[in-house]
Amino acid sequence: MSEPQNTSASTPAPAGTAAGPSSGKATEEAPARATAAANPPPAAGGGRTFLPQSTLLRHLLVLLVCAVGAMILLEITDPFTNSQLASLTYYAIAAGGLTVLTGLNGQISLGHGALMAVGAYTVALFLSADEPIALPLILLAGVVTATIVGALVGVAAARLHGPYLAGATLALAVGLPGIAIYFHDIFGGEQGMRVRAPRPPEVFDSFIGFVSGNSATGTKWLAYLGTICLLITYFLLANLVRSRIGRTWRAVRDQEVAAELAGINLGAWRVLAFVVSAAAAGLAGGVLALVVRLAAPSGFTIVLSLSLLTAIVLGGLGSLLGALLGSALLVFLPPFVTDLGADFGLNNTEAAQLAPFVYGVVLVVAMIFAPAGFVGTVRMRWLTYRAKQRTAASRAASGG
Amino acid sequence: MQQFLNVTLTGLTQGMIYAAFALALVLIWRSTRIVNFAQGSMAAATAFIALALIQAGWSYWVALVVALASGFLLGAVIERVIIRPVEGGPELNAVIVTLGLFVAIQALIAIVFGSSFQSFPTPFGVRGFTVGDTTIPVTPTSLYVIGSVLITMGLLVALFRFTRVGLAMRASAFGQEVARLLGVKVGRMLTLGWGLAAVVGSLSGLLIAGGGFVFPAYMDSLIVFGFVAAVLGGLDSPIGAVVGGLILGLALNYVSGYVPRGSALVNITALAILIVVLLVRPGGLFSSATARRA
Repeated sequence: MSEPQNTSASTPAPAGTAAGPSSGKATEEAPARATAAANPPPAAGGGRTFLPQSTLLRHLLVLLVCAVGAMILLEITDPFTNSQLASLTYYAIAAGGLTVLTGLNGQISLGHGALMAVGAYTVALFLSADEPIALPLILLAGVVTATIVGALVGVAAARLHGPYLAGATLALAVGLPGIAIYFHDIFGGEQGMRVRAPRPPEVFDSFIGFVSGNSATGTKWLAYLGTICLLITYFLLANLVRSRIGRTWRAVRDQEVAAELAGINLGAWRVLAFVVSAAAAGLAGGVLALVVRLAAPSGFTIVLSLSLLTAIVLGGLGSLLGALLGSALLVFLPPFVTDLGADFGLNNTEAAQLAPFVYGVVLVVAMIFAPAGFVGTVRMRWLTYRAKQRTAASRAASGG
Repeated sequence: MQQFLNVTLTGLTQGMIYAAFALALVLIWRSTRIVNFAQGSMAAATAFIALALIQAGWSYWVALVVALASGFLLGAVIERVIIRPVEGGPELNAVIVTLGLFVAIQALIAIVFGSSFQSFPTPFGVRGFTVGDTTIPVTPTSLYVIGSVLITMGLLVALFRFTRVGLAMRASAFGQEVARLLGVKVGRMLTLGWGLAAVVGSLSGLLIAGGGFVFPAYMDSLIVFGFVAAVLGGLDSPIGAVVGGLILGLALNYVSGYVPRGSALVNITALAILIVVLLVRPGGLFSSATARRA
C-alpha cells in the first residue's frame, strides 16, 4: 500500500522541475532531429518488404512505375493541366537539386533562381542559332553552363554557412540579372530572349497516337520532355542520396568536426553538393525556357528562389518526394488563391500577389510549427506509432 | 574633376544610407545572431505608410515620425511573436523565417498599396548650392540625409553608452545567461533591440526613397548593399558597418559613374566585393583575430 503512494508522490516533482529545462531543450533539438527525419538513413535490410534489396533495382522499379503513372496522368488530363504539369516539372527539378543541397548538406541557397537563369539563357542562345543542334544536347549545354557557374559560386560558398551563405547567394540572385541587362545586344536586356520551342519529333506523334489517340500538340510534347528530364534527375539524385556521397554529405551537415576527423574534406564535399544542385537548376532553367518560351530577367527574381525554398521547406528538407509535393503547391496554389482573392474583391494585380504572400506565411509557419515539413512530419508520426505498437506488443508478450 | 567630386559626394550620401541600413542589421545580429533579411520589406512597409499619410495631406515630418514609430512597433512585434520561437535554434531555421517574412511583407505591401511606381517626396530641394558661378554638387537633400543619419547614430551611441537600458542591452547581447542572472530582462531587451533596429532600417528606407520612386520591391538591392556593408565591417561592429557603408557607397557610385552603362553592373559589383571580402577577410576589414567567423 505504501509503495504506490510513494511513487505517486515522487513522480510529479521531477516531472515539474524537468518541464522547464526539457521544454527549452526541445526547441533547440527538435528541429535538427525533425529535419533529419525527412531523410532517414536507408532502412536496414531484413525488414519485410516486397521491393528488391538492391537500391539501384528498387529505384529502377520506382522509376518505371512513376513513368507509367506520369504518362497516364498526362493522357487523361486536358491541355491546360498538361501545361501546368510542364511547369511543375521545372519547379520540381530545381527544388530536387535545392533539397539535396539544403536538406542533405545543410547549405542554404537563394541563388538557385539565378542559376536557373543561366540554364535558361544558354538554352535560348543555342536555340536562336539558324541551325540549332539536337535538343538533348542543348539542354545538356544548359546544365554544363549552370554547373560551371555553380562550381564558382560553390567554391566561395563552401567557406560560408547560415546567414553568410544566405546573404551571399541573395547578392547573386539580385546581381546576376544585371549581366543580362548590361550585355543587352546578346541577352536582349529587360525584354529578354524569345525562345522558339522546337517541333515535336515524328516518333512522338506516332507514340501518342499509339498510346491514347490524343493529338500530339506542342504543349504535350513539352510536358513529356519536362517529365523525362524530371524522372532522370530524380533517379540520379535518389541514387546519389543513398550512396556513399549522400552519406558523406549528411556527415558534413551533422558533425563537421567528426567528419573532418574521419578524413572528409569538408570544403570539397560542400562544393560537390553545390555543383550537383546547380546542374539540376540549370536543367530546370532550360526546361523553363522551353515551356515559358521566354528567358527574361523578370522571370528570375528573388521571389523565384524564395518559392523554391518554400517548396522544399514545406515538403520536408532533404526529401525528393517532399520537393515534388512542394513544387505541386507552387503550380496549383497560385490559380486557387488568385481566384479566392478575386472573390474577395481584389483586382488582378493585387490578387496575383496573394501567392507570394502565402509562400512567405507558409515558410514562417512551417519553420515554427513543423520544421520537418510534410514528409518529415508524417514519417515521424508513423515511426512513433510503430514504436508504440511494438512496445505494446512486447509488453503484452512479456507481461502475459 | 567636377564629375569626380559629383560622384564622390553622391557616393558618400548613399553610403550614409547603406551605413544606416547595415547598422540595423548589425544591431540585430549582435543581440540575436540573426541576419534579418526581412529588414528591407519592413522598411518598405513603413515608407508606404508615410507615403499614404503624405498623400492624405499631412506634412512630411508628421509622416516621418509616424513611419519611424510604426517601424519600432513592427520590429518589436515581429521579434516577440515570430522570431522568439526560433531564437537559439538551428541557424538555418531563423534564416528561413526571416526570408519568409521578407516575401510575405513585400506581397502584403503590393496587396494593400498596389505595385505601381509612386514618387516619394523629399522635404528639401535636390538642386545644388551655388557658390559664385559654379554649382557645387552638395544639395540640401544630401545634407539632410547625412545629417539625419549622423544624428541617429549619435543617439544610438548615447543610448548604449550612457543609459541603464543601453547597458542592459549590451549585457544581454554579450551574454544572455549572465545578464539574466544579474536581473536583466533579456527578452524585453531583445524586443527593444529589434524595435530600435527597425527604426534605423525604416529611416534608411525613407531616405533612399526621398526624391525617387517607391514600389514594393524597391528595397531589394538595399538589403544586399546593407548586408555587404555590414560584412565589410565584420557584421559585429557598428563602427565597421558605418565605414563599410561609406566604402560601398563610394565604390558603387564610381562603377555607375565611370563605367559606360555601369548602373546595370552595380548589383553585381556588390556581389563581387562581398565574395572578395568573405574569401580574403571573412571577419571583416578590421578584424585582428584570425578566428574564422564565416
